[in-house]
Amino acid sequence: MTAQDRVGGGATAGATVSVVLPRALLDLFPGSEREVVVPAGTLAEVIAALDQRWPGMRDRLVDSTPRIRRHINVFVDGRRVALDTELSAGAKIYVLTAISGG
Amino acid sequence: MEKVLILLGTKKGAFILEGDKQRRSWALKGPFCNTWPIQHVAADPATGTIYAAGGNAWFGPAIWKSTDLGETWTHSSAGLSYPEGETPIAAAWSLAQGRDALYAGVEPAGLFKSTDEGETWKHVSGLRDHPSREHWQPGGGGLILHVIVQHPDDPKKLWVGISSAGVFHSADGGETWEPRNSGTRADFNPEDQRYPEFGQCVHSLALAPGGGERLYQQNHCGMYRSDDGGRAWTSIEAGLPSTFGFPAAAHPRDPDTLFLLPLNGDIKGRYMPDAKAAVWRTRDGGSTWTALRNGLPQQDAYFGVLRQAMATDRLEPAGVYFGTGGGALFASADEGESWSCLAQHLPAISSVETLVVES
Repeated sequence: MTAQDRVGGGATAGATVSVVLPRALLDLFPGSEREVVVPAGTLAEVIAALDQRWPGMRDRLVDSTPRIRRHINVFVDGRRVALDTELSAGAKIYVLTAISGG
Repeated sequence: MEKVLILLGTKKGAFILEGDKQRRSWALKGPFCNTWPIQHVAADPATGTIYAAGGNAWFGPAIWKSTDLGETWTHSSAGLSYPEGETPIAAAWSLAQGRDALYAGVEPAGLFKSTDEGETWKHVSGLRDHPSREHWQPGGGGLILHVIVQHPDDPKKLWVGISSAGVFHSADGGETWEPRNSGTRADFNPEDQRYPEFGQCVHSLALAPGGGERLYQQNHCGMYRSDDGGRAWTSIEAGLPSTFGFPAAAHPRDPDTLFLLPLNGDIKGRYMPDAKAAVWRTRDGGSTWTALRNGLPQQDAYFGVLRQAMATDRLEPAGVYFGTGGGALFASADEGESWSCLAQHLPAISSVETLVVES
């Protein structure tokens, strides 16, 4: 996956995407929601938006490398994506806890 | 009326055993911290705030915090990270409430401090700037900073234990550090390199009470005492059943009393010697030792006790507590003379600490 790839449907600048979060993450942030819509063009922007809404959430999903934590998987359209992956308007992003981390 | 809290870190969350001042009646609370692996639970005795250090395979390292004796918890790792590109922190391993700050040790080995009660963290970078760092080797538990000691009268004096890099000391609040391992062995090194400047496998450190700089150390290779802040270490292992063990717990008032829990040996399973459980106590700074077995299992005791899993309380007489890898918690309310089992079926116990509060 490169920054040139764009996943999740047609491209629209300044558009929103929806994110589905795992239960174990929701348990760490009282008041957080299973599915949220945020304005973002890359996965990094998605996570920044989540962190703004629920401070500290970025640290749970991203390590200091920085990259998505080893046992967290993020999928869009069935493809694993990275922080610099560009997203299309309306994309649905699934954040999953990997079975390997359990 | 005082009550005693036994703070437990386990492989699956933190737990608290709450007892009366007589230490006869106990109730278990937990699991806390969303069942994360918790390496250390410790409290600020001045405020009663409880902190838990851990790391989750999915979500990384964090320090948890409870200001209501465990009823509710929050977590933070703001600032608890190395610069981009360095190996990320896997877990927080150790806590120490100092006079000036709350300290946390992490894996891979490094030291952090918080001056806002665990909300945000700052790297004490001087330790990792030490020129020996490129030679630090991980022990069996990883390259972990597992013990932090601050002198109660001088918050600038810090000691840390890193497995297996050894003991390091700072006299300037963490700006600069020096190894303090002289006299401790590294039996795993070639014969002519058994007393290096650093690289020893320290298992635990305990500062004796009384305001001096007497330290006790349980090492992978022997038990030691230092009366000068770790500049020189003297073996105190004569009279003990082995040279191997993990925890060391100081007495709350008597600098000559220490509790150890020797295991049978590093290549023999790391069980209780002869499968008979005993805590060993000295009353004379390590010159002589007494086995304390009354109430502990004396057959088929094939358990180990990890480095942070023994503690004393501050009551009179002092309580002594230890937790096993098999999830049992043993307690003595009389300085080790007699023991009882307070819990038998907990997850593997990583750490034991105590907190005495007004109920």
